[in-house]
Amino acid sequence: MLQLKPERLGINDFREQNVSVCGKLFVADVSGALYWPAEKALIVADLHLEKGSSFAAKGQLLPPYDTRETLLQLAKAVDRFGAKTVVALGDSLHDRDAGERMPQTELDKLRIMQDACEWIWVTGNHDPEIADRLGGFVVPELTVEGITLRHEPRGAWTTHEIAGHLHPAARISRDGFSLRRPCFIGNGVRLIMPAFGSYAGGLNVMDEAFEPLFGGDSFAVWMLGQEGLYPIATRLLRDD
Amino acid sequence: MGKRTAATEVVAQNRSRAGSAVRATRPGAAAPPPGPLTDALPAEFAKWFKTRGWAPRTHQLALLERATKRTPTLLIAPTGAGKTLAGFLPSLVELSRRDRTTLKGAGLNTLYISPLKALSVDIARNLENPIREIGLKIRCETRTGDTPVSRRTRQRTKPPEILLTTPEQVALLLAHPDAPYLFADVRTVILDELHAISGSKRGDLLSLDIARLRTLAPELITIGLSATVARPSELRAYLVAQDAPEAITRLADIVVAQSGAEPEIAILEADDPPPWSGHSALYAIASIYQAIKRHALTLVFVNTRMQAELIFQELWRVNEDGLRIALHHGSLDHGQRRKVEAAMAAGTLDAVVATSTLDLGIDWGDVDLVINVGAPKGSSRLLQRIGRSNHRLDEPSRAILVPGNRFEVLECRAALDAARAGVQDVALSRRGSLDVLAQHVLGMACQAPFAMDELFAEVQSASPYAWIQRATFDRIVDFVATGGYALKSYQRFAKLRPEADGRLSVANGKIAQSYRMNAGTIVESPMIKVRLIGGGRLRGRGSWSRASTPRRPLTGGRVLGEVEEHFVEQLAPGQAFVFAGEVLRFEGLKETEAYVSRASASDPVVPSYAGGKFPLSTHLAERVRLMLHDRAAWAHLPVQVAEWLALQGERSALPDASEVLVETFPRGGRHHMVVYPFEGRLAHQTLGMLLTRRLERAGVMPMGFVANDYGLSIWARGDIGAMIRSGSIPLAALFEEDMLGDDLETWLAESSLMKRTFRCCAVIAGLIERRHPGKEKSGRQVTMSTDLVYDVLMKHDPGHILLEAARADAATGLLDIGRLGDFLRRIRGAIVHKDLERVSPLSVPILLEIGREPVGTSGREDLLRDAAEELIRDAMGCE
Repeated sequence: MLQLKPERLGINDFREQNVSVCGKLFVADVSGALYWPAEKALIVADLHLEKGSSFAAKGQLLPPYDTRETLLQLAKAVDRFGAKTVVALGDSLHDRDAGERMPQTELDKLRIMQDACEWIWVTGNHDPEIADRLGGFVVPELTVEGITLRHEPRGAWTTHEIAGHLHPAARISRDGFSLRRPCFIGNGVRLIMPAFGSYAGGLNVMDEAFEPLFGGDSFAVWMLGQEGLYPIATRLLRDD
Repeated sequence: MGKRTAATEVVAQNRSRAGSAVRATRPGAAAPPPGPLTDALPAEFAKWFKTRGWAPRTHQLALLERATKRTPTLLIAPTGAGKTLAGFLPSLVELSRRDRTTLKGAGLNTLYISPLKALSVDIARNLENPIREIGLKIRCETRTGDTPVSRRTRQRTKPPEILLTTPEQVALLLAHPDAPYLFADVRTVILDELHAISGSKRGDLLSLDIARLRTLAPELITIGLSATVARPSELRAYLVAQDAPEAITRLADIVVAQSGAEPEIAILEADDPPPWSGHSALYAIASIYQAIKRHALTLVFVNTRMQAELIFQELWRVNEDGLRIALHHGSLDHGQRRKVEAAMAAGTLDAVVATSTLDLGIDWGDVDLVINVGAPKGSSRLLQRIGRSNHRLDEPSRAILVPGNRFEVLECRAALDAARAGVQDVALSRRGSLDVLAQHVLGMACQAPFAMDELFAEVQSASPYAWIQRATFDRIVDFVATGGYALKSYQRFAKLRPEADGRLSVANGKIAQSYRMNAGTIVESPMIKVRLIGGGRLRGRGSWSRASTPRRPLTGGRVLGEVEEHFVEQLAPGQAFVFAGEVLRFEGLKETEAYVSRASASDPVVPSYAGGKFPLSTHLAERVRLMLHDRAAWAHLPVQVAEWLALQGERSALPDASEVLVETFPRGGRHHMVVYPFEGRLAHQTLGMLLTRRLERAGVMPMGFVANDYGLSIWARGDIGAMIRSGSIPLAALFEEDMLGDDLETWLAESSLMKRTFRCCAVIAGLIERRHPGKEKSGRQVTMSTDLVYDVLMKHDPGHILLEAARADAATGLLDIGRLGDFLRRIRGAIVHKDLERVSPLSVPILLEIGREPVGTSGREDLLRDAAEELIRDAMGCE
């Protein structure tokens, strides 16, 4: 049975969600980006640029449009918020040679954004070094207003942290349907961001990897839909 | 075409398939007709038939004669007619006559290909008898995925004279560089159960492989063996090389075996009337049980695995006599299935509840009754299943049909009439799939460098690909080489590279290895193993979630079988369900295994049965439509069903066979529109999707719809009836055929159905690698990543050939566009609208499906919004 139009909240109620980390206000976006209004900074994690060509080099000729799509979505988010700074939270490139493989057309898109914004690459495990041709500043981590932005989250009891690396995703099932989507997961003092890259997969937040970070019950999840970003009660979350 | 003579009116006594022939019961009756037919049979063969007390059958001799003349031939014969021996007889005769000194090599002479590896093994065993008893020196071996590597290697270097194998193995053998050596001497290719292979992607791949075999061994002939089919000409075309698309289709010769006694088919007369809806047929359990009691061995066929579980469970509940009733379906553990098969053959069972896993013709012992639960969906399927009972041509097969609901009564009646009239379903002609072609092109490149012109000509000679244009073929080769993208950025990663002479060869050895790992056309939906939990003390949950109920550790224990992943996804830990005939409690999921414990819950969650897997066949649908209008035919229906139809006539209308009825009525604060096309569930779902879009644009505010095999219902906030009456929604425009244009495109682009179809195509075409034990990603990740790939490809390269392939697949398979199109054309000017004040009798079974059969939503955004609103309601403290 397909319910098409029951009464419900408007879609505008779900386009963005306010998220706070140690008292600072952030806006989580349906694209998977996080905007910091006070700093006019847009944060994105795990772009995995050139993942397609990385697979192609090993014999699986995936469509070569993933970098194009990822940068397109990123440019849209930058425009939407009018961001002055972009922070890429590590694993921005799928492998060490990705920067060399990136086509000139995509490089040009990156340049255009970098002309308008300050650009900061935080390094990650896939991209410990960033090729010079990609521009921007390269840092291992970054602390702003007491909040640390880094790729891989630290262990238990860490606070004041925004990280990526884990590609959090959540699954719910209702009425015989099951749905698995990337998500933000946070507990008010730290936030893990979903992967932004168009070919980046996801890891279920019920996985053991999240246990040391959010042990116990006290976390919140915002799942990314096609049109909106949805806070989901933790009791609805399911294992894979 | 098969020459029949009165002298061959004989009685089959047939237990083993390959050894089956004819036993004479009346003196003199068995003498084979004199003349050219018997001349082809060497003395030692004639003697062998005689010592067995058999006489060769007319169709066996006819086939031998055709093969001796080197004519490709299709043999159509019912089960139990000695089809397989007929197929092998020409090869055995030829091999017995060969002069070893003049024969080049001692190579592979006969290739036997069947859809089931169990069938190959079965037949190899049965073939040994005549070979030994006639005193032939013929090596006959099987080759399947289970054959040990050492033997496989030997089979390539020192091939047996007869090799029995599956389509997938043939593809793998042909992709090997020594294929020209292996197949050079092949004289005969036998395709068993051809009706079950052709018309699918497996059949597409096999047709391409046969085309290659013809290139390697130009003298070979094909022999097709098939059950009765509606359009034998398609199978006949499949067996021979085609010239060019515009030329006249070439056909193999055909031999039709004499059919046996008329089947005795009845519709079950249960004490309780058939229910309004549902498919489980539980009302009839007592009657089914009584029928089992009266027969020696009963096969109970059902349409789905879950239905099998349910019927099995219920039969045991009433099994006061301790009858030996077993269960057989595709999800059960392999070993368990083999045990049931062995017990059947040994005669130690009273009944087996089975799905279509038993549909193909393995010899199943002394079945004397077939019960078909639910509607058979097509008369060919019905005849096939009934053929399982009484493998003796002289005695009638006995079958009982058990309709699951009132509509199914009509359908069973129609199927029965069709079976009596000997009418078979019409199979649609098939265009070979492009993803399969891509796989084949890579396989051929793995064998040896190929020239484009030669391979194109060869591909076109396979009947499913006779339609293909050179440009399409070139795009497929480009896809295999570099991905076939509009953006040419993968030239340096090309899998195929031109050699000096222009032929294309694989770029490196790893590609051939990867081809072997990924060959085949069967893409299963990810399966989850069901494992019984081992002993051990209870402890807290190992997973870090918040649930505090102590539970057993998810370890150890026996594997009971496999279920589809989507079924497990719907279960919550602690819920009970029926599987392998037991009530089980779902404990949790670990990696790719579902852990369960035995439970005693009296009310297990029996998963909602999503209707028949096979849509109602076109000609059965037509018979049902005729029956609705023909009051005389109601005499053959159960009283309650006839009353139901009469009431429908009074309250609304009974459309004649050329019309379609549309009813509108208010119910429960909504306005319903019910349409009765009788075109099958798939076509109705598609129609429902498209009508809903149109009604939405017309401002009717549709809220949902439900479809089954017979019709569909849409409900809305707006008064559809009034709007049709006032002309603000013209019915003719609503059902205008152009809905299959833009509306369809838009809907399809975002549907999850399209993504699933794309995933299958991507795997078969080699874009995405298959999962393999050991180095596997879980199925979920594969699904996830192909969805991502689909989204990106749709957006940036919407004309890509793999999207084209997926669209074609969806249109023919899951959407039934062709049938929907025929329907829309048929009903032009023949729409009967009844605006009613209340629910009509005919609509009840469809309305009862509401909430029972979920229809996939497109973006599933609603699901998220509902869940989020639930959180908000929680937060606001309201119910």
